[in-house]
Amino acid sequence: MNILDFINYWIAMFLLVTGLYIVIARGNLVKKLVGLSIFQTSVYLVYISPSKIIGGTAPIIVPGMSVYSNPLPHVLILTAIVVGVATIALGLAIVVRIHEAYGTIEEDEIHAQDQGTQ
Amino acid sequence: MISSNLPALQVVVPLIAAPVCVLLRRGTLTWLLAWLASWSAAAISIVLLIRVLDQGTISYALGGWLAPWGIEYRVDAVNAFVLVLVSLVGAVIVPYARTSIGAEIRSEQHYLFWTAYLLCLAGLLGVTITGDAFNVFVFLEVSSLATYILIAFGNDRRALVASYQYLIMGTIGATFIVIGVGLLYLMTGTLNLADIAQRISEMPVDRPLLAALAFLTVGISLKLALFPLHLWLPNAYAYAPSVSTAFLAATATKVAVYLLLRFTFTVFGKSHVFDDLPYGEILLALSIAAMFVASLVAIFQEDVKRMFAYSSVAQIGYITLGIGLANTSGLTGSIVHLFNHAVAKGAIFLLLGCVALRIGQPALSQMAGLAKRMPLTAAGLVVAGLSLIGVPGTVGFVSKWYLVMGALEKGWWWLAALVLLSSLLAVVYVWRVVEICYFREPSKDLATANEAPLSMLIPAWVFVIACVYFGLDATVTSETAATAAKTLLESLR
Repeated sequence: MNILDFINYWIAMFLLVTGLYIVIARGNLVKKLVGLSIFQTSVYLVYISPSKIIGGTAPIIVPGMSVYSNPLPHVLILTAIVVGVATIALGLAIVVRIHEAYGTIEEDEIHAQDQGTQ
Repeated sequence: MISSNLPALQVVVPLIAAPVCVLLRRGTLTWLLAWLASWSAAAISIVLLIRVLDQGTISYALGGWLAPWGIEYRVDAVNAFVLVLVSLVGAVIVPYARTSIGAEIRSEQHYLFWTAYLLCLAGLLGVTITGDAFNVFVFLEVSSLATYILIAFGNDRRALVASYQYLIMGTIGATFIVIGVGLLYLMTGTLNLADIAQRISEMPVDRPLLAALAFLTVGISLKLALFPLHLWLPNAYAYAPSVSTAFLAATATKVAVYLLLRFTFTVFGKSHVFDDLPYGEILLALSIAAMFVASLVAIFQEDVKRMFAYSSVAQIGYITLGIGLANTSGLTGSIVHLFNHAVAKGAIFLLLGCVALRIGQPALSQMAGLAKRMPLTAAGLVVAGLSLIGVPGTVGFVSKWYLVMGALEKGWWWLAALVLLSSLLAVVYVWRVVEICYFREPSKDLATANEAPLSMLIPAWVFVIACVYFGLDATVTSETAATAAKTLLESLR
C-alpha cells in the first residue's frame, strides 16, 4: 500500500484535526469559527475524493466517453456547503451580538465579566 | 389525494409557514399562522400514528422518485410515536407562548421568533420522518440553526454565549454525523437507511464501518446531551426564553435519541459491528454516570431553570440506559420515557415561565412562598416534580418500572438498585423546590405577585394533567412504545 494513494484522505484528516484544534485551543470567538469552518470543509474532501474517477468526465452523456464521475456526492456537498455557510453566518451574527453586549470577543474576558455579575 | 401525501405534508406545512411568517411581519398574524401550522402538524402526526399501528410501515417516495434512488419518508411505529410527541408539544406550546414571549422578547421581533420556532419544528419533524441518511443531516441542521436562534432570544446576555457554545458543539456533532454518513455511503453506495442496513449486514466488519459507527454515535450523543457531552445544555436551557426552553427540553433531545435508536438498531442492527464491541456496556456506564453526576450537580444549583436543566441530563441518562439494555422491557422503558420526560419537563419549564412572567427568572430563594401567591403554579411544579422522581401514579413511575424490569430480566440486580438510588437524588432537588415554595413566607419579589394569566396556565396544566393521566392509565403510551420497541428489536440479528 502506497501512502500517496490515499493522499486526499490524509489531507482531509489533517484539515479535520487542524480545525478541531483551533476550535478548542483558541479563545477568540471569530477564530473559533474559522476553525469550525476548516473542520467542516475537510469533510467535503472525504465525499468528493472517491466520487472523482480518474479519467472520468462530467456526468453528461457524450459520444466517445464511457467513464463518468459520480454526481451524487457533488450534489450532497453542494447542500453541505450551503449548510456550512448558514452556520458560519449565524455564528458570526451571534459574535456581533456578543460584542455589543460584552464589548469583547475573547472567551476569557467574557467569562471574567460573567463571574463578576453573578 | 391529501391523505396519501400526509408524510410529506407533515414536514412541508411548518416549513412553508416559516417564510410566510417573515412576509407577514405582524406579531398577531404570525402567531395565528403558527397555531394553524403546528395544530395541523399535530393532527397529521396522529393520523399517521393510527395508520401505522393499523396497517404497518408507510413508505412515501418524495417527488415520485422511488427508494433507494429518491428520498424516502418512512414511517413506522417508532418514528410515528416521536412525530406525535414533537408535534403535540409544539401545538400545546403555541397558545402559551404569546403572553410569555410578550414579556420576554421585544414585540418587533415576535415574527422572527415564530419563524425560528416553525423552522425548528419542521426540522425536528423532518429528522424523525425521513428514511434518507443525508436528509437526516440537512433537517438536523435546519432544526439546530433555528434552535441557536431560539436560545439567543433570551434576555440575559449570557444567552448569547450559551447559544454560541451550543452552535460550536452542535456543529461539531453534525459534522461527525456527516462523516459517519459519508463513510456508510462509501461502503454501501446508497443513502437510504433501509438499504444501508441491508447491505452492511452482508459485509464483513472492517474499519470504515467501525469508524462510521463511532462518528455517528459521538455526533448524535453530542446532540442528545449524553454525559459527558452535555456541557452545552445547562446554560442553553437556563438563559433561553421560557418558551424556547420548554420546547427544546421536550423535543430536541428526544429527536436526537430517536436518531440514536434508528442508527444503532435499524441501520447497524443486522451487521456484525457489535459482535466484539462493548457498545451496550459503554452506553450503560455513561447513562449511570449521567444519572448520578447530573442529579448531584442539580442539587447544588441556585438558579431553578439550571437545576432542572441538569435534571434533564440525568433523565436522558435513563433513556439511554434502556437503549444500553437492548431488551424489550428496557427499550420500551426508554421509548415511553421519551414521552414521559417530555411531558414532565415541558410542564416544569412552562410553569417556571409563569413564575418568570411575574418576577423574572427566579433564583431558588426568590421562589419562597410561591404556593401562597401562585398556588396553581406551585401545585403543578409539585406534580411534575413527583413525576421526575418516579412516584407511582405519575408518568415517571411507568418508565422506571419498565427500566427496572429490563434490568431484572438481565439478572442485573445492582442496576435496578442504581436506578432506584438515583431517584433518591431527584427527591432531594425536587424537595428543595417544594420546601421553598410551601414552607416559607413569600419573598419580597413575590409580595404582590398573583397567578399567571389562563392562556399560560392552561397549556402548562395540560402537561401536568398528562403527567398524572398517563401515569394512571399507561396503556396507550406503553403499548405504542412496546410496539416500537419490538419493531426495533426485530431488526437485530
